[in-house]
Amino acid sequence: MSIDLEQFHETFFEESFEGLDIMESGLLELEQGDVDLENINTIFRSAHSIKGGSGTFGFTAVAEFTHDMETLLDQMRNGERKVSADVVDTLLGCVDVLRNMLHAIKDKSEIDTVNVAEMTQALKDILGADSAAANSSAAETQAGLAVKGWQVSFKPYEDIMKTGNDTVRLLRELCSLSDSYEVFVDSEALPPLAEVDAEACYLSWRINLLGGEVSENDILDVFAWVDDECDLKIETLAEDELYVGPERRDDERREPARDDRRKVDRRTSSAKGKESSSIRVNISKVDELINMVGELVITQSMLSQFGEDEKFNESHIERLKDGLAQLESHTRELQESVMRIRMMPISFAFQRFPRLVHDLSAQFGKKIELVMTGESTELDKTVLEKIGDPLVHLVRNSLDHGIEAPDVRVDAGKSETGVIELRAYHQGGNIVIEIKDDGAGLNKEKILDKARQNGVISQDDRLSDEQIYDLIFRPGFSTADVVSDVSGRGVGMDVVRRNIRELGGTVEVDSKPGEGSVFTIRLPLTLAILDGQLVGIGEETYILPVISIIESLQVKTENINAVAGNAEVYRLRDEYIPIVRLYHIFGIEPASKELDEGLLVVVEAEGKKIAIFVDDLLGQQQVVIKSLETNFKKVQGLSGATILGDGTVALIIDIAGLIELYQKDMAGVVVQIKGGGLAA
Amino acid sequence: MANILAVDDSSSMRQMVTFTLKGAGHQVVEAADGQEALNKARAQKFDLIITDVNMPVMDGITFIRHLRGEANYKFTPMLMLTTESSSDKKAEGKAAGATGWIVKPFNPDQLLNTVNKVLG
Repeated sequence: MSIDLEQFHETFFEESFEGLDIMESGLLELEQGDVDLENINTIFRSAHSIKGGSGTFGFTAVAEFTHDMETLLDQMRNGERKVSADVVDTLLGCVDVLRNMLHAIKDKSEIDTVNVAEMTQALKDILGADSAAANSSAAETQAGLAVKGWQVSFKPYEDIMKTGNDTVRLLRELCSLSDSYEVFVDSEALPPLAEVDAEACYLSWRINLLGGEVSENDILDVFAWVDDECDLKIETLAEDELYVGPERRDDERREPARDDRRKVDRRTSSAKGKESSSIRVNISKVDELINMVGELVITQSMLSQFGEDEKFNESHIERLKDGLAQLESHTRELQESVMRIRMMPISFAFQRFPRLVHDLSAQFGKKIELVMTGESTELDKTVLEKIGDPLVHLVRNSLDHGIEAPDVRVDAGKSETGVIELRAYHQGGNIVIEIKDDGAGLNKEKILDKARQNGVISQDDRLSDEQIYDLIFRPGFSTADVVSDVSGRGVGMDVVRRNIRELGGTVEVDSKPGEGSVFTIRLPLTLAILDGQLVGIGEETYILPVISIIESLQVKTENINAVAGNAEVYRLRDEYIPIVRLYHIFGIEPASKELDEGLLVVVEAEGKKIAIFVDDLLGQQQVVIKSLETNFKKVQGLSGATILGDGTVALIIDIAGLIELYQKDMAGVVVQIKGGGLAA
Repeated sequence: MANILAVDDSSSMRQMVTFTLKGAGHQVVEAADGQEALNKARAQKFDLIITDVNMPVMDGITFIRHLRGEANYKFTPMLMLTTESSSDKKAEGKAAGATGWIVKPFNPDQLLNTVNKVLG
């Protein structure tokens, strides 16, 4: 039977990466001096599983590498080796190498052999070269020579059957080695019937194998499981005793197995790098889903009765309405359940930070304690995967720029050890992630200087603290005195903001001099569904994200001001807000071009406000976002499309993109939208 | 065809064992650790147990020791999945009542050969 092992690779990789994460966090705990046997055991088990799996699935390089790791861990758990910083660091390095190897195999790319060799050497240095050599030679067993015939005496102990071994099976297997055999039974030891213990074995056998094709090892293999439960004697048969076969039968027999493995390897490397991604879902979520579908089916069958009922009359209407209401609530619950399937705890994004902080604080000579809370907070898998890099950047930033060197901290009257706090929680329909440090805080003067140098702001601009802090998210903005390896390359915060914005989220910073800074990221729970406000412009329907709408209002003409050329602003209380005529930007025909005949919807994105002029507000509903990028192409000002209840397609407005579009549109006119609308 | 309990904390190994055995017409029940396996083995009778050794909660050898002590499993073949290097484990497993072992890494054919052997 030939089975394609490749089908199990995805699961193997998934569990191996999980195993590596477990090893990593376990090792970091060890480092903190917390030597707990159960922890070492857990680390050992992960390494052991990866070794077993990689061997089975033909990733020999991984199996070989893991072998030495396992040996070292085994010594640690047996108390033969002390846990030292050196050992932990080496093992952490091994985890990295292993992760890279697995990634390389998964992506069908080259393994970095130099790295592997270095780490293997480091392991061997710790283990002492001799033990590794002993291990590899142990596998080489002496191959027996083929002879003409064998006499096997097999005298099992009484208890042999109590380990599930069956003497008849053993004899049958032994005899299957040769076409020609003789079996003699010795029943001498059999007690009188009354004394027989039915579960004991009293018989012994003598078997003559007459074929010349059997080696001693073949026979030993048969009895391998019971060699300590019987007396076994293997002797060559007297006749033709001198005959020694020219070939080593034993080697030949093993050859096919090795060939198989090579074939698997080749198949693995020839297959194209096909992406497949899977998600692990808690069974209770699936059960919930099935339950919901059940409810839906019941409602459906209830409603279908009305269709069959020929005497449908007004008296049924109440029940029909009930049914429809039920249908609606079930659909909503079903939708929520389905969404929950994609939800994963944020710990998947957080778990890399203990290691990161460990490595970086050593590099910078800082002392840092990392506190993480709300790790079980769930968010969409896609959001989770994409938020990783921005988070890393922010944590690195806090570590590099936020937390001061130990002596500086002591001088400032703070504890030597800085604290970085990662906190995740739900708030409304959003998930909030905070990265907080108790460092020096942002330096307002430095930021302002830099901004003036770069011409981001003019000499006499007066900005609030909030606006000053926000400057660090501008492109090309870095105030690091020394450009370090970690951050301060000048690309950074603007990329962070852009990445987060792409996820439909926002990032803000707040800071107190001498007390530290907090970066707050707000993200939508899911990317697939949006609370939308439908607006009508002429024949078209557009959708505005409800989250970005501040208010909608009827236009009072006296509040409209025209500034330079065709730019219009609306005075709303003390603010001047640019009016964006959507029909103009998208080139469509509205019902009316008179501002007082339509409505203004004031929306905000990234601290900028605009008032969008529309004909009418149509209603609010949840819409499923269909990507324009995958189905058509990326269009600025639009974040996607959706299909409405009546089957027509409506486009979803991307407010931030629209603001940019509007600014381009007004390029001739200097309209700079600042935080909170136009500066009055 | 036999009713087999496959125990391993690694889901890729479980998948592989199950797929192979089911392909040969056996019925397979999976468990991810010794305790879960013990519970399942008590709930129904299996003709063959195949278990990994290193597992969380309860390791394979402890599991075999417990199960071998039960009247239903006095003579049931129980195989350990073990690596070449751990000869101590083999002896320990035998002492706990294991019938034999399958050395990791193994391929599906080797697994089936061994299973067919013990099932007779």
